[in-house]
Amino acid sequence: MEMTRRALIKSGAIALVGLGSLPRFLVRTASAGAGAPNRKILVALFQRGAVDGLSMVVPHAEPNYYAVRSSIAIPRPQSGNSEAAIDLNGFFGLHPALGPLLPFWESRRLAIVHACGSPDTTRSHFDAQDYMESGTPGVKSTADGWLGRALHAKPDPSATAFRAVAMGAALPRALRGEAPSLAISNIADFDIRSGVGTLNAKRGFEALYERGVQDLLHGTGRETFEAVKMLKAADPLRYQPANGALYPRGRFGESLRQIAQLIKANVGIEVAFLDSGGWDTHAGQGNSQGQLANRLGEFAQALGAFDRDLGDRMADVVVLTMSEFGRTVQENGNHGTDHGHATVMLVLGGPVKGGQVYGRWPGISREQLFEGRDLDVTTDFRHLFAEVAVKHLGVPASAPLFPGFALKPSAFPGTV
Amino acid sequence: MPRSRLPVVLILSLVLGVVGGPGARGASAPRPSSPSSTVPLSLSVPPSPLTEEQKILHVLNRLGYGPRPGDVERVKAMGLPAYLRQQLYPETIPDHEVERQLKGLLTLSMTTSELVREFPQPDPKLLKKVGDGEMSRAEAMEVFPAEKRPVRIVGELQSAKLIRAVESERQLQESMVDFWFNHFNVFAGKGAVKWMLVSYERDAIRPHALGKFKDLLLATARHPAMLFYLDNWMSVRNDFPGRPGGKGPKGLNENYARELMELHTLGVDGGYTQKDVVEVARCFTGWTINQPRNDGSFVFRTGAHDEGDKVVLGHRIPAGGGQSDGDRVIELLARHPSTATFIATKLARRFVADEPPPALVARAADTFTRTDGDIRAVLATIVTSPEFFSAGAYRAKIKKPFDLVASAVRAVGGRTSGGPSLARTVGQIGEPLYASQPPTGYPDRAEAWVSTGALLSRMNFALGLTANRYPGTRVDLGRLVGAGDPRDSPELLDRLLAGLVHDRVSVETREALLRQLTDPEITRGPRGDRTINPDLEKLAALVLGSPEFQRR
Repeated sequence: MEMTRRALIKSGAIALVGLGSLPRFLVRTASAGAGAPNRKILVALFQRGAVDGLSMVVPHAEPNYYAVRSSIAIPRPQSGNSEAAIDLNGFFGLHPALGPLLPFWESRRLAIVHACGSPDTTRSHFDAQDYMESGTPGVKSTADGWLGRALHAKPDPSATAFRAVAMGAALPRALRGEAPSLAISNIADFDIRSGVGTLNAKRGFEALYERGVQDLLHGTGRETFEAVKMLKAADPLRYQPANGALYPRGRFGESLRQIAQLIKANVGIEVAFLDSGGWDTHAGQGNSQGQLANRLGEFAQALGAFDRDLGDRMADVVVLTMSEFGRTVQENGNHGTDHGHATVMLVLGGPVKGGQVYGRWPGISREQLFEGRDLDVTTDFRHLFAEVAVKHLGVPASAPLFPGFALKPSAFPGTV
Repeated sequence: MPRSRLPVVLILSLVLGVVGGPGARGASAPRPSSPSSTVPLSLSVPPSPLTEEQKILHVLNRLGYGPRPGDVERVKAMGLPAYLRQQLYPETIPDHEVERQLKGLLTLSMTTSELVREFPQPDPKLLKKVGDGEMSRAEAMEVFPAEKRPVRIVGELQSAKLIRAVESERQLQESMVDFWFNHFNVFAGKGAVKWMLVSYERDAIRPHALGKFKDLLLATARHPAMLFYLDNWMSVRNDFPGRPGGKGPKGLNENYARELMELHTLGVDGGYTQKDVVEVARCFTGWTINQPRNDGSFVFRTGAHDEGDKVVLGHRIPAGGGQSDGDRVIELLARHPSTATFIATKLARRFVADEPPPALVARAADTFTRTDGDIRAVLATIVTSPEFFSAGAYRAKIKKPFDLVASAVRAVGGRTSGGPSLARTVGQIGEPLYASQPPTGYPDRAEAWVSTGALLSRMNFALGLTANRYPGTRVDLGRLVGAGDPRDSPELLDRLLAGLVHDRVSVETREALLRQLTDPEITRGPRGDRTINPDLEKLAALVLGSPEFQRR
């Protein structure tokens, strides 16, 4: 079986540093920088299933909006009406369930990029997610992901195994590539658990993956044990939510809570990736209340808690939300929406130039729609992602972040 | 649908019988009970660089969930070709032990409407009482215990899947049920699907797992689980009046139509357009469910069907076809050359390599076309190919989490009745059973499964298994290594390796394991005393968590 490129490079990179007597993390924590505060951090949040951007950030001043969404539209802003959209700038309003995000907006730490998406016209979740994560719309053969390339383009000798962490069992496409990254379902379980005599089994397994062929399994095994050691030393579990932050129950809130713990434990996290699901609202989407409102409520509460929990650390953190495409402008026969084109993406955090809705609004009257049915894309997602990578993380603008795409910093939306 | 295509089948069997050779002596092979025999009676194993033992191991690891103690010898005795043939005709293999075990899982034989009745959704009033603090969680559990809730259905399905993978003699059939469920994925967490899952696997997937692709496709298309999961049950003609007050469905829903072509048949590059998606959706209007949360059976509603003319992939489907419009689409898609290639590719990826050899895919696709989508025949092409038995394919696949768990229990000669903790572990390693949310199902490539967190879960599973920490699952390592001097470490290790990974262990792994037996740091007991006997449990766990055992 031929080795994948990732496997080869992973194992090669580790061999280079050497897994000798002294664990790498000890060397790194000794050197300043790795885990120290002030490191810029990106939290990439994928809303899988194609979120309805027109419900998240409602164009309430569009006359056609209420005409084509008879049962699922969010009412126009109205003071005292908790069911109505929360006005932002006289044209757009937040879904009422996104209320916990209002403080971000008011303190200018929330930038909104509307009508954002991919130039590719696929309406397949799978393909569109793949394209958004590989960063190469229309090209399936790309081996790595845009975040993987961003990290690789900014080599960091002081990087730890926790430089890039995905919450979940599998590494997402976006983080694949030559730079090491880590997938964790639950940081509390991130250790060998053999009851009595833990030392034995841990040492034993480590020895098994230490030597032998350079392949995906061995390379991943070596990364695993290094990460276990470092996490044990940093002990992120001692950080409980601060400032009264209350994360909603469920996987999404839990993942954000754990990302906050990793940040506070200074294990050298630079990029965190997490998923949020349940956005594929083909039927019974609801309006101010209902299926989508429940999902948005959990989403916003978790982000609000994350902000509270991190407090001052949020000055260095940017949260970027994304979704593979948007949904049809007109509601379908099942009080839901089908696969569409552009959607809305949010940029939150201390470094954000917030309080603004970015991107050109294409309008939603019939003749303005893409293929006669969907919100048109006016901001290529790659310009937004590149802006965050370059301006926030400090990835060189010349880096091949999006192969085959000529990045124009002049086309960056301006969110950070 | 009537199954009166016997003449076609007979002709095909005749033609293929000739291909199989007149000298085919099928006397020793069990007679297939199905008339649709498109597999030569005598299968032959091509020349291969692998040793006889490696070939057998390869077959046991790829067709099914790996060898149990004694399996290699059993296959050697009956001969590999006979074993392959038997696996291709699972109905000829007695499987009483599994049948006996499954009898304890009552939900497996129930209809959807029985399941809805017996395991209803908790009463919202009850949930509200708990939410308002009027009733404690414990009180609510007493009034409405877990074994009366829908969660029991998925729990029993997970147990059954584990029991079958570990205990069934029909290993290829179980692999194929897993493969097709994944191919035609539905998600237990979506609405009423949880009550329909039992019937979906039992009535739509299992009977056709080695049958005709077209029958399988039609069975999934009509099944309420699929109709619900991909929303077709609510798709109605665009001019459907709907119910008064704007309630109820009114208009097309493209979800099923799109996934039917992208994921079930043609593949995303299979040559269809957005226009085809709409046309296919029109054909399937009216294919719906009678009372999804009560009766839950398939029904065609003429009033909801779009009776107009349609053009699908360039084929005109004339107006007035009613329910048969959907049947026409199924026929069209099942016979499309893109489908043959797409299915052949996925099967070759499952059985041979993550990047399947194009020549093999072409031959398998050819068999698919030639046999009108006979899955058994396509499998026969694949598992008797030189590519399948090549050195490059040997041990090239990384086990999916479910493969790992089933194969580990089998390797140590363990017995299982399933149970929530073992099923939960499969989920922790990354493959929650019946819980893949996207219609793509779970991926079948190494990169998707090999990550730091998942690897740690694999090692922890190995430790839990050999220490008998999974209720409902029992392993007896003493029996596995047999008699011998327990203080002779290298011998013990070699017996363990022979039993668990056979010849498949690198020099590095053996040396590393041997060091575990002698390194005082490692053999030291929990209280710092030197243990006399090497820790058999930990040693076996190390083997099951080793890089070698993650491959098949």
